[in-house]
Amino acid sequence: MIRDLIATLGGFVRTFGASQLFFFRLLAESPRVLLRPSLVSRQVHNAGAMSLVLIMVCGFFVGAVIGLQSYSNLARFGAEDQVGPFSALALMKELGPVITALLFAGRAGTALASEIGLMRVTDQLSAMEMMAIDPVVRVAVPRFLGGAISMPLLVAIFTSIGILGAYMVGVPLMGLDSGAFWSEMKQGVAEADVWEGIIKSIVFGVASSFIAVWEGYNCQPTAEGVGRATTRTVVISAVTVLIFDFMITAIAIN
Amino acid sequence: MQSDNVVEIEDLHYARGSREIFKGLNLAIRRGEVTAIMGPSGTGKTTLLRLITGQLVPDKGRVRVDGEWLDQLRRPGLYSLRRRIGMLFQNGALLTDFDVFENVAFPLREHYDLPDRLIRHIVLTKLHAVGLRGAAFMQPQELSGGMARRVALARAMATDPKILIYDEPFVGLDPISMGVIVRLVRRMNDALGISSIVVSHDVQEISSVADSSYLISDGKVAAGGSPDELHNAQSELVRQFMHGMADGPVPFHFPAEDYASQLFDDGRISKSPQDDS
Repeated sequence: MIRDLIATLGGFVRTFGASQLFFFRLLAESPRVLLRPSLVSRQVHNAGAMSLVLIMVCGFFVGAVIGLQSYSNLARFGAEDQVGPFSALALMKELGPVITALLFAGRAGTALASEIGLMRVTDQLSAMEMMAIDPVVRVAVPRFLGGAISMPLLVAIFTSIGILGAYMVGVPLMGLDSGAFWSEMKQGVAEADVWEGIIKSIVFGVASSFIAVWEGYNCQPTAEGVGRATTRTVVISAVTVLIFDFMITAIAIN
Repeated sequence: MQSDNVVEIEDLHYARGSREIFKGLNLAIRRGEVTAIMGPSGTGKTTLLRLITGQLVPDKGRVRVDGEWLDQLRRPGLYSLRRRIGMLFQNGALLTDFDVFENVAFPLREHYDLPDRLIRHIVLTKLHAVGLRGAAFMQPQELSGGMARRVALARAMATDPKILIYDEPFVGLDPISMGVIVRLVRRMNDALGISSIVVSHDVQEISSVADSSYLISDGKVAAGGSPDELHNAQSELVRQFMHGMADGPVPFHFPAEDYASQLFDDGRISKSPQDDS
């Protein structure tokens, strides 16, 4: 049993090491790929633009719920005029980056992993290698960059629409004053809060795009392997994003 | 100076996990010929192609392709060698993002900075050679198996390679498509003055086009020579393979314990899942 444990641990360390090497390879090849913007912009479209409707709908309802919850709970302390800053801070620092990252893993991450996985199954990656075209450069890096660039943009859209959702609940529905809503928000939100959200969105974008590309690129070349890669993308992305979220928040508060 | 052999393999050993696939394989493929590599399923024919193209690294022994020892090449050298090799995968391996035209244009666009007019010219010429100029703007999923393989052949030829490698080009094709591919293999080889390596176990088809054949079994070359020589060979293994006999040196039965004792051994029967319930 101890031998099994050591073998499992050894396998984990090996996979983790290999994934880090792959990550640095992606970074090292990125500048070269950025010189061919058409490759990247196509992937920004696939990962970003195609997730837009989902992100917008979810952003609106998450914002609306935050508006409702904050109104009813703050009203207990007579602080209902703080709905604006409260919703803005919650969305900007936490809910925007985290929920967008989870939705991104489910929508774009799975699409990336299964697309690359199927390319592996159908020998398309080997065919590229045989044509002396590096599939890491041609397939993996553009998709990684596309995802990493899309995420911060999606987070910005999610957060903005979320704040709009909170406004719709707070002002027309609950009767808060529109001017007070915006001015309180402007006063209550500092530049550092915005930066925290931006940094999180970048880190989550890099992490979840990398996980999707890694899982797809290294999947077993079978139907089951592609299925497993897709599942693992969602699971590992979700866990990683939440761990990073805790770490960045802890650093930011310090 | 160019040697007469386009591929030389010396004392090749390769194991996957605990299973030894090649145990000291020696092979030479002559320039300008169509060479068939045959063998029963599971003898590692596709693995051999991957070793020849440097996608896998042998455990022992070495491989020389077009005058270069693969073990002495780093990635750029390997990639420059691969530009001289075209490979046709079993299922074509067309890129599903692109239509037929872009698939053939893909290696040209990636490797050379050519004007669109010239790319168009080259792609249409190559597609015409495989008879699919009319399908230039179809998607890969709209093609039949035989057509997909012909497009893949056009793509493999796009950069004018010196060596063309075919991995099981006849599998799963109807007789007409098969005849087309068989004829293309021969025609491409002679018209372009290249060397072709065809991995296959379709004895009849491959014998009709190959200049020489190798039969691989049990990790080594079991026999080599012209198709006629193989057909008339005395070795039992070669006879079994060439004439498609069910039993012989390659046994019909997968190794198992004694039939009678397994059938009537009570201890084993009581272990079957039905008895547990």
